[in-house]
Amino acid sequence: MFEFWEKLVDTLVYGVLGLDATTQKAQVLHFFIYDTIKIYILLVLIIFVVSFLRTYFNTDKVRVYLQGKSEFTGNVLAALFGIITPFCSCSAIPLFLGFMQARIPLGITFSFLISSPMNNEIAIALLFGLFGWKVTALYIGFGLLVAIIGGFVVGRLGMEKYVLIPVVPMSGDLEDVEIKLSLAQRCQESWGYTYDILKKIYPYVMIGVGIGAFIHGYVPTDFIVQYAGSNSWYSVPLSVLLGIPMYSNAAGVMPLIEVLTGKGMLLGTALSFMMAITALSLPEAMILKRILHVRLIVTFFGIVGLGIMGVGYLFNAIL
Amino acid sequence: MKIEVLGTGCAKCQALTLHVKEAVAKKGIFAQVEKVEDIMKIMSYGVTSTPALVIDGQVKSSGKLLSTDEIVALLE
Repeated sequence: MFEFWEKLVDTLVYGVLGLDATTQKAQVLHFFIYDTIKIYILLVLIIFVVSFLRTYFNTDKVRVYLQGKSEFTGNVLAALFGIITPFCSCSAIPLFLGFMQARIPLGITFSFLISSPMNNEIAIALLFGLFGWKVTALYIGFGLLVAIIGGFVVGRLGMEKYVLIPVVPMSGDLEDVEIKLSLAQRCQESWGYTYDILKKIYPYVMIGVGIGAFIHGYVPTDFIVQYAGSNSWYSVPLSVLLGIPMYSNAAGVMPLIEVLTGKGMLLGTALSFMMAITALSLPEAMILKRILHVRLIVTFFGIVGLGIMGVGYLFNAIL
Repeated sequence: MKIEVLGTGCAKCQALTLHVKEAVAKKGIFAQVEKVEDIMKIMSYGVTSTPALVIDGQVKSSGKLLSTDEIVALLE
């Protein structure tokens, strides 16, 4: 897909600039130019497609679909809807209470709450661009599994009493909200959204790839293996802990992880790290604390954290 | 006319309030613009994502930052 672009960068760096392809400086520059532009192209394409599909779905619609679904089916559907719907931590409270109003069980709401930020378009675009479709599919697949099981377990623990705001259930069924938009309007809206996101994250991508290019060219593999720890048992939980405060920086961190895996970091450890970055967000926890008891939030983080670690260990063992 | 912007204080909600005020000025109509931050009141409109726009008690959009022109069209 990007052969043409690679050749073009080859010509630019080795031909036009006349740098020697065997020197580290030339390789670092090549890596930087090639990777940043490739990631930007993929980000634009994938965010645009996801935002376009999204104009057909919104959380109000998801709520209508999920209403009255049985426990397990509901968890699966909620996790799947999480891929397509947007998630902003500032919307977490109305979403949570809105679902409860519609008498959607706590566990199903949590399946959605885990899946939605984890399967966001930025993470998917970056994963696809940096690691290829196989790792992306594994990430989405196991992400869904963590969301389904995590939500199911939270539901089984009967923690409804830890919701601090009294929610009055709405009577009757919800009506489907009709959205009337022309194709041109949908495209325009998707483009606006893509532009907004790109404007926000482009410096992080550049910084991430820049540091990555430096490590790629100058830091010896032994050094990474020793510190990013390939086989030690604690590397998976450590990567999950490190991922929690990095939510907003997924765009910058992911290019780094690509380089680290190239230098010997195990894929399982890398997967848990990426999942922790997107699924466990500190700002989201702080916002939810206004309506949920700390015990419920800790349980939620604990279950998701364990699930993510499980994925990490599983992959380290298989691959 | 009463226009309410529902939102708990995120950047998008503030931007929407601004766009609403611009739209009202552009239209040259008299309207009362109110920013609703109370979560219980937001819930009473049954929206699941913010910012949401309510005109005369009717939810017109949710989870979207509308442009000034889009709001002008809604004020018709």
